[in-house]
Amino acid sequence: MTPVEWAIVVLALLGAFFGAVAAIGIIRMPDIYTRAHAASKSDTLGAVLTIAAVALALESGLSTVKAAFLVIFMFITNPTAAHAIARAAEDQGIEPWTTEDEQ
Amino acid sequence: MVEFSTALLAIAAAFVLFAVVALYRVFVGPTIHDRVIAVNVAGTNTVIAIALVAAAFEESAFLDVALVYALLNFLLSIAFSKFNVEHGGVL
Repeated sequence: MTPVEWAIVVLALLGAFFGAVAAIGIIRMPDIYTRAHAASKSDTLGAVLTIAAVALALESGLSTVKAAFLVIFMFITNPTAAHAIARAAEDQGIEPWTTEDEQ
Repeated sequence: MVEFSTALLAIAAAFVLFAVVALYRVFVGPTIHDRVIAVNVAGTNTVIAIALVAAAFEESAFLDVALVYALLNFLLSIAFSKFNVEHGGVL
């Protein structure tokens, strides 16, 4: 593999690491707000890193522009969606989890 | 030595696996919001997998599919959270 291909694979592997962190957070976190935190931050970073790798990998100019648009959409829409869901949960009166709930 | 496109396809398979893991939270999630968050994560991982397949096969038409899927995923989350609260004033 050429150095550029190595860079692409390393970027995609970093993105896969953050995707794994998001999946573990979704499963293991105790309540909706912490799950929204894991989903919005780690998953957005994983998506942006991986699609940046895709933008590097694609040859022609137009598809690189499309991948860049996908990166921008991910940066804007993913945290917005998580914010809207967490705010809807707050509107419905779901209490945040605290350590007292464990006892 | 691993082939370049094979490495990209393996990472895409990993993202599909993470999407399936998020489906566990869709299944058991105590509230509707847990389910919507998990569906959102599964959709994001699907978009990434489609983009990686586009890079592996050098088929840039798949990127259009990924773009449309990303926007529909966002619309689903916003619509669910908006129509779940009584006044509809989330955003």
